Amino acid sequence: MNIAVLVLIVLAISATGYVLGRHRALSGAQGDRRNLHSLIGYYGQTVFLFASVPALLLLAVWLFLQPLMIEARVGAMIQPSDIPEGGSATLVMSDVRRLAEGLDNAIASGAVTEEALAGLQAGDAELGSLLSDAGVALGAELRPNVLEAAKAYRSDSHGARLALTAAVIAVSLVGALLSLRRVSPEYRARNVFERFVLAALIASSLVAVLTTAGIIASLLFESIHFFQLYPAKDFFLSLTWNPQFRGGSDLGIWPLLWGTLYVSFVALIFAVPVGLLIAIYLSEYASKRLRTFAKPAIEILAGIPTIVYGLFALITVGPLLRDYFAQPLGLGTSSASVMTAGLVMGIMLIPFVSSLSDDIINAVPQSLRDGSYAIGATQSETVRQVILPAALPGIVGAILLAASRAIGETMIVVMGAGAAAKLDLNPFQAMTTITVKIVSQLTGDTEFASPETLVAFALGMMLFLFTLVLNVLALVVVRKYREQYE
Amino acid sequence: MTDAILPTTPQRGSLIEVDARTRRRNAAEKRFRLYGLVALMIGLAALAILLTSVFANGASAFRQSSLLLDMHLDAAVLDKKGNRDPEEMKKVTTIGYGKLIDKALKEAVAAKGIAVEGLTDKEVANMISKEAAAQVRERVLSNPDLVGETVKVKVLANGRIDGYLKGRVTMQSAERDSNVTPNQLRLADALVAEGLLVKAFNWDFITGPDASELRPEASGLGVAILGSAYMMIIVLVLSLPIGVAASIYLEEFAPKNRWTDLIEVNISNLAAVPSIVFGILGLAIFINFAGLPQSAPIVGGLVLTLMTLPRIIIPTRAALGAVPPSIREAALGVGASKMQTIFHHVLPLAMPGILTGMIIGLAQALGETAPLLLIGMVAFVRDFPAAPPEGFFDPASALPVQVYNFTQRSDPAFVERASGAIIVLLVFLLVMNAVAILLRNRFERRW
Repeated sequence: MNIAVLVLIVLAISATGYVLGRHRALSGAQGDRRNLHSLIGYYGQTVFLFASVPALLLLAVWLFLQPLMIEARVGAMIQPSDIPEGGSATLVMSDVRRLAEGLDNAIASGAVTEEALAGLQAGDAELGSLLSDAGVALGAELRPNVLEAAKAYRSDSHGARLALTAAVIAVSLVGALLSLRRVSPEYRARNVFERFVLAALIASSLVAVLTTAGIIASLLFESIHFFQLYPAKDFFLSLTWNPQFRGGSDLGIWPLLWGTLYVSFVALIFAVPVGLLIAIYLSEYASKRLRTFAKPAIEILAGIPTIVYGLFALITVGPLLRDYFAQPLGLGTSSASVMTAGLVMGIMLIPFVSSLSDDIINAVPQSLRDGSYAIGATQSETVRQVILPAALPGIVGAILLAASRAIGETMIVVMGAGAAAKLDLNPFQAMTTITVKIVSQLTGDTEFASPETLVAFALGMMLFLFTLVLNVLALVVVRKYREQYE
Repeated sequence: MTDAILPTTPQRGSLIEVDARTRRRNAAEKRFRLYGLVALMIGLAALAILLTSVFANGASAFRQSSLLLDMHLDAAVLDKKGNRDPEEMKKVTTIGYGKLIDKALKEAVAAKGIAVEGLTDKEVANMISKEAAAQVRERVLSNPDLVGETVKVKVLANGRIDGYLKGRVTMQSAERDSNVTPNQLRLADALVAEGLLVKAFNWDFITGPDASELRPEASGLGVAILGSAYMMIIVLVLSLPIGVAASIYLEEFAPKNRWTDLIEVNISNLAAVPSIVFGILGLAIFINFAGLPQSAPIVGGLVLTLMTLPRIIIPTRAALGAVPPSIREAALGVGASKMQTIFHHVLPLAMPGILTGMIIGLAQALGETAPLLLIGMVAFVRDFPAAPPEGFFDPASALPVQVYNFTQRSDPAFVERASGAIIVLLVFLLVMNAVAILLRNRFERRW
């Protein structure tokens, strides 16, 4: 039975439960709502929840576990000899799935009956034409075990689907009946319903925790896998990055780390002074008219997706820097360079630095300013000698957050920094970063058994740790600073 | 006694004549002001240059050159048996149609009396896009009665010819280019003069599917826009309820203890985790572990949901917190439970703020590229995904990833396409942000 239909049935049972729950509560109270403990809707809603939520949860868990269990059972039927050379167990398994689907289609279209199918053997010509009609193209010849596995897969899935349908409907009915029985005028329906809602609220707030757990688990798990295949000493100490897909690669993190830090450094050198000065100018000097126009304009920069900055680096800034700076100065011939990526990333960070600093500068108490003016300081002296020192912790926090953004930025460096892993000081050379290599090692056809692919997870782990430290540090600094003036 | 206060040595200078030290300080003041102004100008100039660069490169993608031809659909070629059966006619490949289009163009050139010295037949044939034959074939197959007639067709011109009309290809560059010759450009000039080669608004760029690397003139954003729309639906449906529920718990119910402090730090940290890490999460959990298909909108939608959630929770909590306690107290005072107070009074009042945060979060998710690269959205997809919910599991592309895809191709015509795609993306973002601002200005209440 179709899942959507099953969900609709559950909802129909629940809706009936709602109506019956209301009705039962009202008739128990002799038709007078004032005799009920809760508002009448709560009686219906409680029955609805007990009828629908457990059944739908069961459905979700079942749908998640069923493929895993069936594949474990069916996978045992496939012998190592069934796996063709250069193939893998997962590829054979996907063949089994496609085959089962093809057989299903053939039966659905009436090309073959269940009985005839049971008698078919792997070598049969009839089977080949059947499958090609059903739109299944098999690469290699069909092995008997694979066909048997596909048949078992089919019958298991059908059995499981039937059991699922029965179980879900039963759970829904039982839930509806049990909660209906409890409905009476004294039943504290509102309290039950509200506890249910509170549980749902708590579960929602746990999604964020689960996400973090998922990130850490996936990074850690695959990183450990990587370090089993590739020595950790080489990863952390080697100065060369040279992946070879035939094996024998050098996967040292240093060239990537250097590129990442160099690009981020260029970006921050550009963005921090500009962003800070913009914040000071807008909050201390600019006329109201200028501010109403300039502040949103700068914030537009923050709303532009990074892919746009990446394209800007690729087609405008890169060629410009190459033709007017790098080539005349003899520093390089590549349009992708540390300078290109750094400058464009700097533009991206300007609004980030300026809006954070703006908040922080505005949080400095007016009394400090007034005191400074009173002893005759000019406006710029007040800014430099009073406001900035007072706001310094907050500004450091803003810079740390900007650094974390710069280190984790991907599209700008993918399109602007280049792909060559180098330890070089020349900013007009193409260099590469951790994020670029994560993208290049994980896109395209990837096989999760080679260190060349798995290294991306170790790189991701490093990236996550770096940004985590920067973020936490920034949070602590900013919190301390807030407390100081509150 | 006033004499005693007067300085014994009169200060040099006066209020009218500024002394050196004051001059220095005033100059420093002016310089500082100038630095600030220069910084502001740098920021504004960067914005202006960025937008101009994108629009200057991309605006031309919305107009496309086509050839207007009178084409004789020869029954002897297209339907040899003469029974107009579409199944039979499918056996004629695009090569058969291509030859007929070539002939039509040659006849048109001859009929108009255009003569270009040294022009070969091959050069004439290459004026037409490789995609043109497929276009005509589709049209004929959907309406077999056209066979045998002479119909007006509008077929795409080759990408280089299109580039010449847009100023990207010049006579000088054509001499060095193996894909186009100066003769073809002269022919193009003549065809434009005769009104056979025209530029018109390019709907196919917005609605059509992507095309291969050799046919930039036919590539479109249809699949990418649909894929992005599917992902946004998933993000909206999942992150609005979960985000609002989580915010309500944290803002209204959570006791102040270590555990809720951990959740809060967690959320503010997740909002700052690099987006590519979410891509790794999607690849490891949703694709490798849960076995969801690669390049499907469902995986992209889930990854973007996880990424957007913390970015929604923060403004939602602010919106809930901005509802004044007096509202809560009034509701509690007339006997509402805490849950009723929140769902009947606080939440509706906070809704404009929540929706504003939601739309801005969606806009960020729409422009996100890096995590989608890792879950296989870079694959070349030509087929439109089916209608939801099945379509959520079909391969699709996404608008920002399509931009990246265009930039990875060698033909310079794709620079125009990539910039054009960005214009489309920016228009969507502009609309979303405008709606958010409107909502805020129209409905937000200051207490």
